[in-house]
Amino acid sequence: MCAAILAPVLAPLDPDRQNLLGRLKVPGFESRGVTYWLGTDELGRDIFSRLIYGARISISVAVLSVLLSGIVGVTVGMLAGYLRGWWETVLMRLVDIFLSIPAILLAIITVAVLGPGFFNVIIVLTLTRWPRYARVAYGQTLSVAKRPFVALSQAMGGSVPRVLWVHILPNIIGPVLVVATLEFGLMVLFEAGLSFLGLGVQPPTASWGAMLSTGRNYVATAWWIATFPGLALFLLVLSANLIGDRLSDTIGKGR
Amino acid sequence: MLIFLLNRLFQALITAFGVLTLVFFIQRLTGDPTALLLPETATQEDFEAMRRTLGFDRPLIEQYFAFLGDMLRFDLGKSFVQNAPVSEILASRIPQTLQLAAGALFVAFAIGLPLGGVMALMRGRWLSRWIMGFVLACQSMPTFWSGIMMIMVFGVWLKWLPPSGTGSFAHLIMPSIALGLLSLATYARITRSAVVDELGRDYIRSARARGVKMPRLVSKHLLRNSAIPVISITALEISQLLAGAVIVETVFAWPGLGQLTVQSVAARDFAVVQAVVLLGALVTIFANLLADILYSIIDPRVRLGSSS
Repeated sequence: MCAAILAPVLAPLDPDRQNLLGRLKVPGFESRGVTYWLGTDELGRDIFSRLIYGARISISVAVLSVLLSGIVGVTVGMLAGYLRGWWETVLMRLVDIFLSIPAILLAIITVAVLGPGFFNVIIVLTLTRWPRYARVAYGQTLSVAKRPFVALSQAMGGSVPRVLWVHILPNIIGPVLVVATLEFGLMVLFEAGLSFLGLGVQPPTASWGAMLSTGRNYVATAWWIATFPGLALFLLVLSANLIGDRLSDTIGKGR
Repeated sequence: MLIFLLNRLFQALITAFGVLTLVFFIQRLTGDPTALLLPETATQEDFEAMRRTLGFDRPLIEQYFAFLGDMLRFDLGKSFVQNAPVSEILASRIPQTLQLAAGALFVAFAIGLPLGGVMALMRGRWLSRWIMGFVLACQSMPTFWSGIMMIMVFGVWLKWLPPSGTGSFAHLIMPSIALGLLSLATYARITRSAVVDELGRDYIRSARARGVKMPRLVSKHLLRNSAIPVISITALEISQLLAGAVIVETVFAWPGLGQLTVQSVAARDFAVVQAVVLLGALVTIFANLLADILYSIIDPRVRLGSSS
């Protein structure tokens, strides 16, 4: 409801952002005589180009970790909600345990062990975030599993993977997608947060979080270093949240 | 009531135990945590000596029980970097983080609750739409960015507030706002939906039909009944704030637990990192337990529902 009111106000923003960030093929040159649209950083690198390259990292980390944690979480949630009994107790208890460690702290301790880097960040984010999907998938599966077509499929000898894949998954995917869009924004923030702390993708690879961290040291002399990556981050997360809000609204109405 | 309490307590204990186990195994993901504890310049002999002192050469299961034993005795171990017991190091940092979290919670409450209420009561008007936009902005704002921007504008350009560090009330203002923004958004949303829910109830409609004035209705009935979801979300917010503190404290050079965590990771002081993670988890578990109990006191239906 409220997102429907809001959407017209801010909607023109998000398709643009998505398109712009979607096709990131612009190379960042540093030759002389080129306009540096957003200034340069402490090593004379073009911030605009680094922003675009950083977007690549942010988005690919976020997309991959959303996908991975979604797959893991949804599988666990469906299994727990469908099989019940012991599976349910053990799996959902595991979810509680993961959820009770503040996500950033869990991420930090895992990165500290594994070491920073592109793939490790994805692993860490997956490890930290899958329980959220598990919760949602679990709750949805519980209600879907009660419906007649599930019992019918069981009676006809459908195996567990088949029932889950063919009957349950299509019926729970809506709410899972809503969570995934909201999580996308969160993942972008997480990745940037980890790089900001120096635990994410390592320099010299451009990453918004790391750019902000540099910018912090130059707030007094070069305001633009910290301003633009943060603005980009803010807009990306904002549009993800807007889409998530609107999605949850449409899906909520459809029910 | 007693059965409900014991049941919840038992669940909390199981979760706490699970967290201990999880942290233990995460540290051993790469096989041998000795390397995490030593500086990069350590020799092979240092390595072996350290392994033996810490017992990492023993079988995994033995290490696990030794670890659990230490934790049960509240023995968090010793920091090799700072050469002091971890518990002392933590204790010296906790007050700062509490101060910051309290400030942030205050910001979130003082601004978030009224905003949520206004949004609910003025549904569909332009004011509510603007507030919703503001709330969404708060929600999407990276803490480290808003922090840096505030430092730049109020600390460096206008020189109204000290840009970083601690010591006076003025030092607390910017970090509290930076940390509180996300919680502010959560509170505004929760309050809004709680008040909207209550507004739709029969008793409100009949009261309005009887001619009870809106302000009286809001202060007498709405606020109290909308308080339940707000209270229960506070438990979750506390652990959010703790996690957020890691970044905010780094931005503002605030000497609390969060800064300690980041410094300890950089210094490979793993005993300290582990202790902060465990502390964070325990606080979260305890806060959830507290919320459950409060909830059941305010709304007895919860108690009945959960025990069945």
